[in-house]
Amino acid sequence: MSVALAPEVSLRWPAAGVTRVPFRVFSDPAIHALEQQRIFRGPLWHFLCLEIDIPNPGDWRLGTIGETPIVVTRDAHGTIHAMVNRCAHKGALVCLQERGNAEALTCVYHSWTYDLAGQCQSVAFRHGLRGKGGMPEDFDPAQHRLEPVRTTTFCGLVFGTFSDATPDIETFLGPGAAGVIRRNLSRPHKLLGMHSQIIHNNWKLYAENVRDSYHATLLHTFYTTFKINRLDMDGGMILSDDGRHSLSYAKRAQLRESAEYANVHSAQYESGLHGPHLLDAFTEFDDGITHMIQTVFPTLTIQHTLNSLAVRFFTPRGIDQTELFWMYLGYADDDAERTAMRVRQANLTGAAGLVSLEDGCINEFVQRGTRGSEDREAFLEMGGRDVASSDGSRATETAIRGFWQNYRGLMGW
Amino acid sequence: MDQIGPAAIGAALRERVEDFLAEIAFALDDDRLEDWPGFFTEDAAYRIVPRDGYEAGRPIGILLCEGRGMMQDRVLALRTANIFEPHSYCHLLGRPRIARAADGALTVRSSFVLYRTMQGGGTEVFAAGKYVDRIVERDGALLLAGRDVVVESRRVDILVVLPI
Ligand code: FES
Ligand SMILES: [Fe+2]
Repeated sequence: MSVALAPEVSLRWPAAGVTRVPFRVFSDPAIHALEQQRIFRGPLWHFLCLEIDIPNPGDWRLGTIGETPIVVTRDAHGTIHAMVNRCAHKGALVCLQERGNAEALTCVYHSWTYDLAGQCQSVAFRHGLRGKGGMPEDFDPAQHRLEPVRTTTFCGLVFGTFSDATPDIETFLGPGAAGVIRRNLSRPHKLLGMHSQIIHNNWKLYAENVRDSYHATLLHTFYTTFKINRLDMDGGMILSDDGRHSLSYAKRAQLRESAEYANVHSAQYESGLHGPHLLDAFTEFDDGITHMIQTVFPTLTIQHTLNSLAVRFFTPRGIDQTELFWMYLGYADDDAERTAMRVRQANLTGAAGLVSLEDGCINEFVQRGTRGSEDREAFLEMGGRDVASSDGSRATETAIRGFWQNYRGLMGW
Repeated sequence: MDQIGPAAIGAALRERVEDFLAEIAFALDDDRLEDWPGFFTEDAAYRIVPRDGYEAGRPIGILLCEGRGMMQDRVLALRTANIFEPHSYCHLLGRPRIARAADGALTVRSSFVLYRTMQGGGTEVFAAGKYVDRIVERDGALLLAGRDVVVESRRVDILVVLPI
């Protein structure tokens, strides 16, 4: 195995267990290094890209597992491969562009060439020039390849893992999470747009934030400020059996402007030619769920809120920076009107999301707030002290506790 | 679709357009955000889109306002609802290329660099790119009938809340 061996980190998790998180985990470089091994090379499936990113034979695109650069390809037979994007010669990036199409991958440094499964095919000047130089007689290209990553796909999502111990994807997800992904992504879908954000915090603060259903109406005050009544008939937080994956949902949430807002609103829109309405939505599913945020451990999120369908993926860029990708999707058979609604509702989330833009800075505020307090800890007892689904209430930190329970297990603490 | 090329745009009109574009930037830089929707026609679309998505023709970028009403909503939201670290903008604009479309509107492209200064004192380039504008004349005044803010990078630092 070519796993970089990070030194052990001696960390005693607080006795109160998953209701406490030592702030040190957000800023200690030794912990960050160990995570690359235990989490990102651990027995988990990591999101790499969408299948629609590489629809054709020869397509490739870049991805990342933790800090490790990955290239994902589709070969001539349509099979998807993933490899570390690191030349077997001297370690240069093999693929430079974010995406492309090629019959083979050639490193620009000394022209070592690999097939789309990562096997070295040829190296430049192997037999030297005019009989001089060249590789030793016993050099064998077959002995060299890009470091392989196991791949799998599920409903158009491409995952990769370094570990042989990772179970098949359906076992990893569990029936609940697999069913939710099927609901949202089993139909053919298309990319409506994407962007990313650099947020100035450790990746785990975003992993907490996206599982934190407690903060939604407290930090994000767009709805309440605009006096939009949010009448959630029913909702809750469902965890997978192992507490890894979560689903925050609301059924038949009705977003209606109150009388006050309607006045303001109509005053603003009445004279417009199109009168677009940000919160108009059509019913897509008969399960009554209108808002869902699903997390797949460790760094994938799928949202279907009103008609906004998006895949979010976040990845560490150093210990105190995280890149958060927003991939907005529609279904392949959407008509123009449905597409227009999805386009409009994309305004609610993302780097400029009316409802959620605060998440771009709030985790940085924690990163900055905890500086110098590495020996202190966060307190997570909203909704109890356990890791269990919470029916009927989303004022809970149970999904965050579920994240830490799994994180601790993987890290050996 | 430009019927009349840049050469045919008279100096006087060019000067009006350049002043108009500068005034929009000054309104944003001077925190007169309530004035900003007034630079647009009632039904103008304002979009911030990354260059790669723009060139690929993808409909979702980073931010969209369909009409002046949504622009006013944006300003109201950032004044009253949204929470973010205070910051200010400084736009630098390049010389625009101006042409007239078949329907009489002006199609104007101009480059910009946008510096963002956070309350802690750091000033950084927040965005660079181009404005792709449609400008019309209404009652003797120039107005934006559409503005695509095409940012070079698809990667936003922290968040976007003030219009660019
Ligand atoms: S580093 Fe890639 S060919 Fe030398
Ligand atoms: Fe949030």
